[in-house]
Amino acid sequence: MSQAVLHQIFAGLATGGIYASLALALVMIYQATHLVNFAQGEMAMFCTYIAWSLLQTGMGYWPAFLLTVGFGFVLGVVIERVVIRPVERSSVLSVVVVFIGLLAILNSVAGWIYTYTIKPFPSPFPEALANPLMSPHELGSILVTLVVLVLLYAFFRFTPLGLAMRAAAQNPESSRLVGIRVGWMLALGWGLASAIGAVAGMMIAPVVYLDPNMMGGILLYAFAAALLGGIDNPGGAVLGGFIMGVLENLLGAFVIGNDLKLALALVLIVGVLVVRPSGLFGSVQVSRV
Amino acid sequence: MSAANGMLLQVRGLHAAYGATRVLHGIDFGMASGSVTALLGANGAGKTTTLRALCGMVKTVGEVSFEGRRIETRATEDVVRQGIAHVPDGRGTFAHLTTEENLRLGAYTRKDKARVHEDIERMYGYFPRLRERRRQQAGTLSGGEQQMLAVSRALMLRPKLLLLDEPSFGLAPLVVQELFAILRAINRAEQVTMLVVEQNAALALEVADHAYVLETGRVVLSGTAQEIKSDDAVRRSYLGY
Repeated sequence: MSQAVLHQIFAGLATGGIYASLALALVMIYQATHLVNFAQGEMAMFCTYIAWSLLQTGMGYWPAFLLTVGFGFVLGVVIERVVIRPVERSSVLSVVVVFIGLLAILNSVAGWIYTYTIKPFPSPFPEALANPLMSPHELGSILVTLVVLVLLYAFFRFTPLGLAMRAAAQNPESSRLVGIRVGWMLALGWGLASAIGAVAGMMIAPVVYLDPNMMGGILLYAFAAALLGGIDNPGGAVLGGFIMGVLENLLGAFVIGNDLKLALALVLIVGVLVVRPSGLFGSVQVSRV
Repeated sequence: MSAANGMLLQVRGLHAAYGATRVLHGIDFGMASGSVTALLGANGAGKTTTLRALCGMVKTVGEVSFEGRRIETRATEDVVRQGIAHVPDGRGTFAHLTTEENLRLGAYTRKDKARVHEDIERMYGYFPRLRERRRQQAGTLSGGEQQMLAVSRALMLRPKLLLLDEPSFGLAPLVVQELFAILRAINRAEQVTMLVVEQNAALALEVADHAYVLETGRVVLSGTAQEIKSDDAVRRSYLGY
């Protein structure tokens, strides 16, 4: 394979990792609420602005990174408690309207505070990571994504809290019967999803630059990735993210050109919904009547 | 710490409703510590609702005292923390989690984490089939195995009171015999008080010390299992066998 193709594949894996993280955040909320959080991208964008503000104060990158992840977590928990909880039992449509409202509010508040001027955002990865196939930032963000994924996997797989969160998302009534505080588990889920989004935002900002609308396209890719992998399957969503990233880059570079890349996400979304609505690895819901 | 009258659970004037539909119309009953009590009655008599009311899963009016403390206003997850485990209608297993994860969740509120593993082994001792299925998703277990898992999951709390909703439902007669024998053994060995809801009255009266018969949300009859079993008129009119 030519160097150019290889380079596109690796660059695709780098952005794919970001789609994968965001797709995972979508899946986590979906598993608990059966709804797609349209505001996930704007939450990530807002967190990235917080990181930018912290960096402006002269703080080092990694302390600012960790603080932002913490902020993202708190933001998610607060949004769940304050905005989502009151409408939890309402119709799907009302919740979707709340999600869209959140998207609009976060977008305009960011624009109001930080203006719509595009800002550069630094990459923390040293030139030492440079290699023939990938830029330091591409390699670095793949590594960060992998660390996030491994930590999350370990958390859900091996800790009692992770187990309780999975249980609460699956079967709230039985969870209460074993003493799990289901409401708080949902809030924690939002916090984690939002924290993952914050990481994704900080990793993509050096590539797409920082502005209030930076996550629009990214969220669309993440949504396509989640659907491709199966919206109820975390592992599938992650794989879908990487596939999406590579596909987008290869087709964009050699077949359809950069202008049509976003359309690719839409084609994929429609395609999956028509051909295989449960995605590659999603479970087919069968219910006895 | 038991209440003054030696009762573990005391229910007075319990009403319950689903929306506008009233299901319980002021029922009273008590359970002595270490006893097995059967709650009998036809479909729709309010047996399942009674169990749900004890756990704060349905809106109630009335008084529920457990170990002398009022619990009727507590949330389900706090009632569980008092030591009340519930094997609900339809088993309530976590279908997508493994057998062992289901058992671990049963002990979620326990502080003595070190002994949880020991108790999981104890459950495998009672129900060896579960050990074979430990890494399998609970949803793939047979009905009987899922019922064993549901009971084990509840016992993992080390409850003082175990509420069982139709444990025989949908099980082969042999499995039912096995399950009830184990329940009886657990009651004797560990002094776990049990409240069993059953449509299969003959079976429930075999293991119970006391029984209450419900009819359309009221207690119409109560007595020792022996009394109720031996009264032919009662058996025919209320228990249908």
